[in-house]
Amino acid sequence: MKAQVRLWWRLWCAQWRAGPVRMLVPVIALALGVSLATAVQLVNRSALAEFEQAARRLSGDADLVVRGPVAGFQEGLYPLIARVPGVAVASPVLELHVTLADRREPLQVIALDPLRAAQLQPRLLGELAGERRAFFAPDRIFLSARAADTLGVRSGDRIEVLVGSSRRSLEVAGQLSAAAYPRAVGLMDIAAAQWRLDRLGVLTRIDLRVARGADIDTVRAAVARHLPPGMSVAAPAVDDARLASASRAYRVNLTMLALVAVLTGAFLVFAAQALSLLRRRPALALLRALGVTRGGLARALAAEGVVVGLIGATIGFMAGVALARWMLGAVAGDLGAGQLESLSGALIVGPGDATAFILLGAAMGGAAAWLPGREAATQPVAQALRAGDASAAFARVRSWRIGGAVTGTGVVLALLPPVQGLPVFGYASIGALLLGGVLLAPAAAGGLLGRWPAPRAAEARLAIAQLRGSSARTAIGFAAIIVSFSLMVAMAIMVHSFRESFIAWLDQALPADLQLRLGQGGGSATLDAAGQEAAREVEGVARVEFRRSRPLVLRREAVPVQLVAMEIGEGGVPALTIVKDGGPVPGTPAWISEAMEDLYRWRTGEHVTLPLGGGHTLAVTIAGVFRDYGRSGGSVVVPRAAYVEAGGDSAANEALVWLHRGAAADVVVAALHARLGIGEALQVRTTGEVRERSLRSFDRAFAITYALEAIAVFIGLLGVGVAAASTALSRRAEFGMLRHLGLLRRQVVAMLAEEGLLTGAIGTGCALLLGGVLSLVLVHVVNRQSFLWSIDLAVPWGTLAMLSAVLVVSAAAAALIGGRAAAGGDAIRAVREDW
Amino acid sequence: MTAAPPGPVLEVTGLAKRFRADRAPVFANVSLRLAAGEYVAVMGESGVGKSTLLNLIAGLDRPDAGSVCVGGAELTTLDDDGATVLRRRQMGFVFQAFHVLPYLTVAQNVSLPLDLLGVSRQEVAARAAAMLTAVGLGSAAARWPRELSGGELQRIAIARALVHRPRLVLADEPTGNLDPRSATQVLALLREQVRAAGGGGLLITHSLAAARTADRVLVLSAQGLEPLA
Repeated sequence: MKAQVRLWWRLWCAQWRAGPVRMLVPVIALALGVSLATAVQLVNRSALAEFEQAARRLSGDADLVVRGPVAGFQEGLYPLIARVPGVAVASPVLELHVTLADRREPLQVIALDPLRAAQLQPRLLGELAGERRAFFAPDRIFLSARAADTLGVRSGDRIEVLVGSSRRSLEVAGQLSAAAYPRAVGLMDIAAAQWRLDRLGVLTRIDLRVARGADIDTVRAAVARHLPPGMSVAAPAVDDARLASASRAYRVNLTMLALVAVLTGAFLVFAAQALSLLRRRPALALLRALGVTRGGLARALAAEGVVVGLIGATIGFMAGVALARWMLGAVAGDLGAGQLESLSGALIVGPGDATAFILLGAAMGGAAAWLPGREAATQPVAQALRAGDASAAFARVRSWRIGGAVTGTGVVLALLPPVQGLPVFGYASIGALLLGGVLLAPAAAGGLLGRWPAPRAAEARLAIAQLRGSSARTAIGFAAIIVSFSLMVAMAIMVHSFRESFIAWLDQALPADLQLRLGQGGGSATLDAAGQEAAREVEGVARVEFRRSRPLVLRREAVPVQLVAMEIGEGGVPALTIVKDGGPVPGTPAWISEAMEDLYRWRTGEHVTLPLGGGHTLAVTIAGVFRDYGRSGGSVVVPRAAYVEAGGDSAANEALVWLHRGAAADVVVAALHARLGIGEALQVRTTGEVRERSLRSFDRAFAITYALEAIAVFIGLLGVGVAAASTALSRRAEFGMLRHLGLLRRQVVAMLAEEGLLTGAIGTGCALLLGGVLSLVLVHVVNRQSFLWSIDLAVPWGTLAMLSAVLVVSAAAAALIGGRAAAGGDAIRAVREDW
Repeated sequence: MTAAPPGPVLEVTGLAKRFRADRAPVFANVSLRLAAGEYVAVMGESGVGKSTLLNLIAGLDRPDAGSVCVGGAELTTLDDDGATVLRRRQMGFVFQAFHVLPYLTVAQNVSLPLDLLGVSRQEVAARAAAMLTAVGLGSAAARWPRELSGGELQRIAIARALVHRPRLVLADEPTGNLDPRSATQVLALLREQVRAAGGGGLLITHSLAAARTADRVLVLSAQGLEPLA
């Protein structure tokens, strides 16, 4: 056994000496793929862990957390809950986002009863132990180091916050270190916050610690019995899950894309190994003749792939860790969605990470080398020892039958529903369709080449004959193109479709000249009736349509839904892109986003009661479903009049502004700022500006996607190059013979270029077709199930034409470069080599 | 292919070749004259330069001195393209390792030189069929090389070397990969076909038995070509 291993090692090393570049390319490809997968995984996990750690720091040692509507619940509930048997400590909390007068981003404020909170959040409040008196002062706020840094304030400075339409000033009483809380937050005494921030008598959370020996489930059930509708009690882990779910779809999609790069790398190992085995066919047959068993040969050849995988994955993992470290520093771990951000930049590399990724690479390498190895090991020895046998290689693999079956499976998988909100079967469908396409392509290409008219030029006829006759080499060449290009086509179609749909949605959502918003992310600032009237009276303003937009918690473990109260005219809601119209409905109509339909299973015509907080509810009937690219957690649009009537909240925090003809937008914007006097928290932008900013955000979100896809394509193109160079090298003797027969060197090169061109053209055609099918799965299954919104299919014909041309030319160029080297002087000497 | 000009098929004069300046020449002062219809064998020890001589005659390599005249055309003055076109028109090759393209049928392999010369399809088909019949493989035209034996593959190679009626056929160890019976048949066929085509044939071989099928046997050494004693 040892002797055999030594023999294989010697033979494998000899291959490295004979063609180091050829051997290195699959290693690099696999390393690239593994590095991307490692980096994406580590960055996402580190950012998420920091997020969760911060959330846990806020809930501290609580065993259970009672939550209600975002707007809060009456504090009268607190003593009831505190007296429930089994509750040892109950800590009331008011959690809100306040709008700062001179900033767009709101500040998260946590208001606590310090005496009780000290028992549940000791790490958060421990640093303030000596400053309790300051904590109780009515206009004091403690800021985390991050918040103080962002706002540029120190102890003793004052910050202005907007509450409704009025300004309040708070003094910065001190700072929490980054170790106590890494993110931006402000801490206040709960009574002070209720008073200064206009939330008298309101709580948003009660943290509970269960008495020693009490059963948590029993206590939870007892607490739940005291809760009114719209409120819940759960372990803090449920809130962690909600945080994770907000970015999960995006993270999973990125991970899948990174895995595509690993798969493409593994395919390159397959292509390189298959071509290497074609070249070594007589040598392997000789080994069989000398006594190496079939199983031994198959295992040894698969082991070659495992070794390539191990080397590639080890390099890739180390590069991935370095890349992740850089990404956390450079982009704070936000890979584009803007939902996860690591502020500490701390990279979390678990002990199992290296093992997992290196094993993944080794498994991919082994799996990639298994099929060609098995084929080579099972070849009839006598036949393989003969010249020209390589043309019969892989002939026994009935690829079109397996391909048909795999493709059919892919179609069925695409029809299956998501698993826990993730398009697991969608991804499996893409994998199956890709594999099926690769297996079907040789048959399709063979059929096409069989009908190709014979050209006049001898070299062109030879090129076609070669492609027809060398099915294994041709299939590998096609597969390399199909694997790299079809995914690129699918991604290009998906992103273009999304962008076009996004633009159409934006155009519909922005019918006015200006858009007005107060703060971001549901801050505390609003415009009261007087403020709304003041805005209407600004010179140049023809009409203003005010809206109230606020979060609504419908399910504890889910991201809050956005409730939008807007003016509904006779003709419905022109600003919404309706995808399902239920027609006129009795009572108060409401329109829900597609995400609501999927997450909450609400249907048109259904009657629903929306909890508005403070004991108010709004009964609505679902009148239609609309597309909403702005809020992936779901949104509900209701008539503003009905909303005001149900809850008494006539304030507004968004508006659409139409201008008089001839009014200059910048003049009106300046006038609105001057009149409303809110400062930076008031955002007034022209429709064009909003459109431009939104598209910039869109493109930023897809930048990492493009980058990952570009790398996968680069790896694929490496595969095309390796296939071409390897093929040309193994045909040196053939070129030498043709040169003896009188084929000019440029004719040999032209023949190879034509082969490359034909392979490129047919492969690209197949890849376009397959990419089109894959894009349907991406658009209608993966995207729909991941992000819960639909998009209309739009094909970027110009981009695809350009990319196709680039690919065909690249394939021809790769063949040309490989051919020029192979058709040189050595080719003439190669005729003396036995085939 | 072209009308046979008067004079020798091949005339090699004072040919010399050295691969490195600091080494002795492979050979020097090699001269050879091959008349139409003549079939000559060249023997020599391993490494004496038989294959180098063949490459120089075929215009695949450049000599340090001397001239090579094929069908009246001076090969050493031609550039690579010129030498290639001359080779295409005037020469045929038979190799030890057959070098039959596996992705072409038997008939397509034989047709290759005619395709390169731009002969019409009808004529290509007719001449390839006739040539295959001549080498005893008339019924194998549509078969693939992998279905044939070594002897049959070499017959295809001979058919390919002669189908365009070259002035000169160069055979480099054509029986090196064959059993004695097949070797005898192939050598006889080669000689017969070269004569029938009216050109000249140069056989490079190690085997005395093979060499004896030729009209003349020459031995290559560093000093040049000498008749076999």
